Amino acid sequence: MSKLVPVPSKSMIPERDLGKIPVLETRHLGIEFGGLTAVSEFDMTIGRTEIAGLIGPNGAGKTTVFNLITKVYQPTHGTTLLNGIDTYAMNTMQVNRAGIARTFQNIRLFQKMSVEDNVKVGLHNQTPYTMAEGVLRMPRYWSKERQAHERAMELLSLFHMEDMADVPAGSLPYGAQRRLEIVRALATNPSLLLLDEPAAGMNPSETAELMENIRHIRDTFQIAIMLIEHDMSLVMGICEGILVLNHGKIIAKGTPQQIQNDPVVIEAYLGKKKEG
Amino acid sequence: MKKFNKQNLIKALKGNAGTYLLVIAAYIILQLMSAGDMISSSLEGQLVPICAYVVMAISLNLTVGVLGELSLGHASFMSVGAFTGVITAMSLSGVIPMGGVRLLLAMIVGAIFAAIFGVIVGVPVLRLRGDYLAIVTLAFGEIIKNIINCLYVGIDANGLHLSVTDAESLNMDGGTVILNGPMGAVGINKLSGFTAGFLLVIVCLVVVLNFVNSRSGRAVMAIRDNVIAAESVGINVTRYRLMAFVTSAALAGAAGALYAMNYSTVSAAKFNFNTSILVLVFVVLGGLGNIRGSIIAAAALTILPELLREFSDYRMLVYAIVLIVVMLMANSAGGKRIQLWLGDKFRALFGKFAKRNTAKGE
Ligand SMILES: Nc1ncnc2c1ncn2[C@@H]1O[C@H](COP(=O)(O)OP(=O)(O)OP(=O)(O)O)[C@@H](O)[C@H]1O
Ligand SMILES: [Mg+2]
Repeated sequence: MSKLVPVPSKSMIPERDLGKIPVLETRHLGIEFGGLTAVSEFDMTIGRTEIAGLIGPNGAGKTTVFNLITKVYQPTHGTTLLNGIDTYAMNTMQVNRAGIARTFQNIRLFQKMSVEDNVKVGLHNQTPYTMAEGVLRMPRYWSKERQAHERAMELLSLFHMEDMADVPAGSLPYGAQRRLEIVRALATNPSLLLLDEPAAGMNPSETAELMENIRHIRDTFQIAIMLIEHDMSLVMGICEGILVLNHGKIIAKGTPQQIQNDPVVIEAYLGKKKEG
Repeated sequence: MKKFNKQNLIKALKGNAGTYLLVIAAYIILQLMSAGDMISSSLEGQLVPICAYVVMAISLNLTVGVLGELSLGHASFMSVGAFTGVITAMSLSGVIPMGGVRLLLAMIVGAIFAAIFGVIVGVPVLRLRGDYLAIVTLAFGEIIKNIINCLYVGIDANGLHLSVTDAESLNMDGGTVILNGPMGAVGINKLSGFTAGFLLVIVCLVVVLNFVNSRSGRAVMAIRDNVIAAESVGINVTRYRLMAFVTSAALAGAAGALYAMNYSTVSAAKFNFNTSILVLVFVVLGGLGNIRGSIIAAAALTILPELLREFSDYRMLVYAIVLIVVMLMANSAGGKRIQLWLGDKFRALFGKFAKRNTAKGE
């Protein structure tokens, strides 16, 4: 860690989190795909209970940033600090155990498993018992399974999905699948939740409800949330700090107010959208 | 919420309990029939192989249906279990007189050795992404067959002797040859029986069904459905892949020991590629991930060739047609529709005789 060059962090940390270590700090994060630079010099900080937004036009590299943070892609440049710990040598599984959970832009549920089992897979590391204890149905199996069931139902109730518990995840309507992904991610007990276009395919009333839910999740779980979203009403409505990406580079950082009035952003992103 | 829990439990019990009941009922009926001399001797001779193939099918379903990896060498684990099991049982024949205990030890040793080979095959392959398991298990099957074909093992008062050239070079004084190269295991005393086979099926069911309905089983199915998502929720993909594959190999090893101990001689050729494919057919036919389906398919398709013996000329033709028809019926949308239609017709017919029960019919 001492080898890393400290970055002047243009911190977006909300006041209540000042003085605490940021939950996530990226330093010079970048990746090249065979010569094509998808993301470069991505520096940012997220406060412990912040809701941060990552926006940018299509193909800007937003999903790639999530994939770098969660080690689905191994960065070719820079690194990420999670709770002050360098994640350089970690893989996706270890990053999750260290506290990052995510959802996917193109939904990745365990399609053939029930809704409840999807959440229970998320609870995997929270309810440990060995294979032998499971096969021989020992006491710890029963107690941990009961815990898992109760916790799964509790988490599903966040989105009022308890009565869908037995349905195969693949047969849920689109919006419910997105919500289930959030529940599954929350089940892993993260300190940072990454949401990749959580409102995609939702109607305005569903989006408004989701916005409330995201805020509610932050308040009850006391975690940081970073979201990628094209729906500006949602982003401007709930994000405390926003980061704008274009062609793999950060072109602006700031509060929703600052971003909305930033001429660079308007030209690169919002302006274009208004024309179209 | 309590109510939900109970409903889930009852539902799960219904599914699994039904499977156990099916196996127990089949066992009792067949036992009664054989006591009353109501089954042909050829079928009676098939009872132990049926049990062995049922265990093979259930265990392969763990790899193919639950884990979602293709294995083309399941019979090679059966082979490892068969020969290590035979060697165990025969070398203990002086020490432990009880046949049942020796058979049990043979199955345990067979399972352990098959598991060890499962680890050897699985560790390098299951770390990789992609369908490498199929090709490696295919090669592994050939390797095991060839190794056993040139292996000579004998026992005398001094203990076990091993050679890779011929039976003479075992240098035994007296004693008996257990493994005789290409001739395979010879002079096995037949320890297997239908009851032992039935018990192994039950043990296999308990292991597989309890595994699938536990945290580990859910992790394995999550990996099958979406590897990246499974990793993203903190699941150790390699570990759980290996866990499922090695469990599957161990059960195949026990089945191999059971199978071999039903004959006086067994050669490695018995556990070739065709056997692996046959077991795969049971699994596909019974439905991927459907344990009860595997049991029914394995039992039915092991008996079928025997039943068709009378039409010996057309035997394989009929067998193939039955396979294709069942496959189409069980696994295609059209087949599902025909099934539903048949179900409706059946229920309508049934309703005429017993009006009250139709509402409950599923
Ligand atoms: N595995 C990969 N190999 C090669 N190029 C990639 C890979 N993943 C992403 N890219 C490229 O990186 C760029 C950024 O893609 P990314 O998916 O991150 O965009 P995005 O901002 O999420 O866009 P959208 O709003 O459409 O989701 C694209 O040009 C894409 O083609
Ligand atoms: Mg994207």
